[in-house]
Amino acid sequence: MSKVVTIEEAVSVIKTGSSLMTNGFLGISAPIKLIEGLVEAGTGELTLIQPVMSFPMEEHDVSLLAVNKQLKKIIAAHAGTSREITKQYFAGDLEIEFIPMGTISEAIHAAGAGLGGVLTPVGIGTMQEDDHDKIVRNGKEYLIYDPIGADVAFIKANKADKDGNLYFHGTSKSLSLEMALAAKTVVAEVDEIVEVGEIEPTDVYVPGMLVDHIVQGLNPEERHDYYKELWDSHHLLAKGGN
Amino acid sequence: MDAKEIIARRIAKEFKDGDVVNLGFGIPNLSAGYLPDDVEVLLQAENGAMKFGGAPTAESLDPDYSNSGGMPLTMQEGAATFSLTTSFAMIRGGHVDMTVLGALEVDQEGNIANWMVPDVLAPGMGGAMDLLVGAKRVIASLQHTDKKGDSKVLKRCTLPLSAPNVVDLIITDLAVFEFQDGKLLLTETAPGVTTDEVIAVTDGEVIVSPDVKEMDI
Repeated sequence: MSKVVTIEEAVSVIKTGSSLMTNGFLGISAPIKLIEGLVEAGTGELTLIQPVMSFPMEEHDVSLLAVNKQLKKIIAAHAGTSREITKQYFAGDLEIEFIPMGTISEAIHAAGAGLGGVLTPVGIGTMQEDDHDKIVRNGKEYLIYDPIGADVAFIKANKADKDGNLYFHGTSKSLSLEMALAAKTVVAEVDEIVEVGEIEPTDVYVPGMLVDHIVQGLNPEERHDYYKELWDSHHLLAKGGN
Repeated sequence: MDAKEIIARRIAKEFKDGDVVNLGFGIPNLSAGYLPDDVEVLLQAENGAMKFGGAPTAESLDPDYSNSGGMPLTMQEGAATFSLTTSFAMIRGGHVDMTVLGALEVDQEGNIANWMVPDVLAPGMGGAMDLLVGAKRVIASLQHTDKKGDSKVLKRCTLPLSAPNVVDLIITDLAVFEFQDGKLLLTETAPGVTTDEVIAVTDGEVIVSPDVKEMDI
């Protein structure tokens, strides 16, 4: 069976109450078309797990799920980039579990790597101690975190072959590999879908065996123009030549 | 020179050539603009970039290069990108020489609070707790007093901590402090500011260094 599916088919793997991870980082290299599709599907009561949330200057990418009242809980290191998420949090409509960024990264890694948890010195002497047990190893204190897996991961990559081997460019790797390992169902949104054999094995960052479904996102030109407009509209680009 | 520029210029004096540095948003980030000509640092971004430059133009942008604030980025020659787990392994694993972070409060025991105000502000700690624990050297930068004129350099932080006993140096718009015997060691004052004026607006206990001098900015 082909791994290439429509956006509508892909978002139907998410059920009411599902947990979802995406590898977008503040809206950059985010699976924009899948999020759009999930907003259209309207599936609710979701738990969203990722280190940081949406693009900071406007409601965008995953914060649109909050705008559409689809989120029940967020597990993140930072969620302050969305006014809507902040508003729902203070109104008591949305739960947020804050975990330091390096720790949530390793907890997701642990889930996919078959480990029992994470020991980290980060968070000792802070409110993190309220929710996580402390242990002393070799004379040093650590906090214990359980692994964090998910029902579904949306992974944005630049290129997929039809077996699901994924190639990433720029700063887009983020937690894509860890999430592809940690989620039960993995959907990749890519700029280009190519034939098997067209991606050099060395360039494959997420092996296809971890990817269940592939959807066509914005193509490279469309994505370039999309971010050009987004960044330009918020005056984030430098003036003049190169 | 306004308060922010004083702080940013003074931070820039702390950079050593070849340092791997992670700068927080706001004033710490501005300090990169005041680097001496003979000092080059390797800037690290939490989301997975090393040796990055400024913003691209509409012609040179690449939609997959951004910094840890979601802003577009250019890369310098010799730059590298990596995953988030690698980025935080660098941070937690002691591979970052220095971090400079803003603070809501600091105190004489080297405690720092910079991630939340209960019932008022709760954006989350982001990568701050990791940086405070993992970076070899931690500089807290902040305006000395709040809008009401109350000291933010305290005996004991009142807000939830980001990390305990981690700050190596405090830089404010009025002063520079190191730590000595659980107290604040005043080593520098801003131009035109006396040691008595600093002590008057500092809640924490201050020891005036015998070598106290004016900030060279």
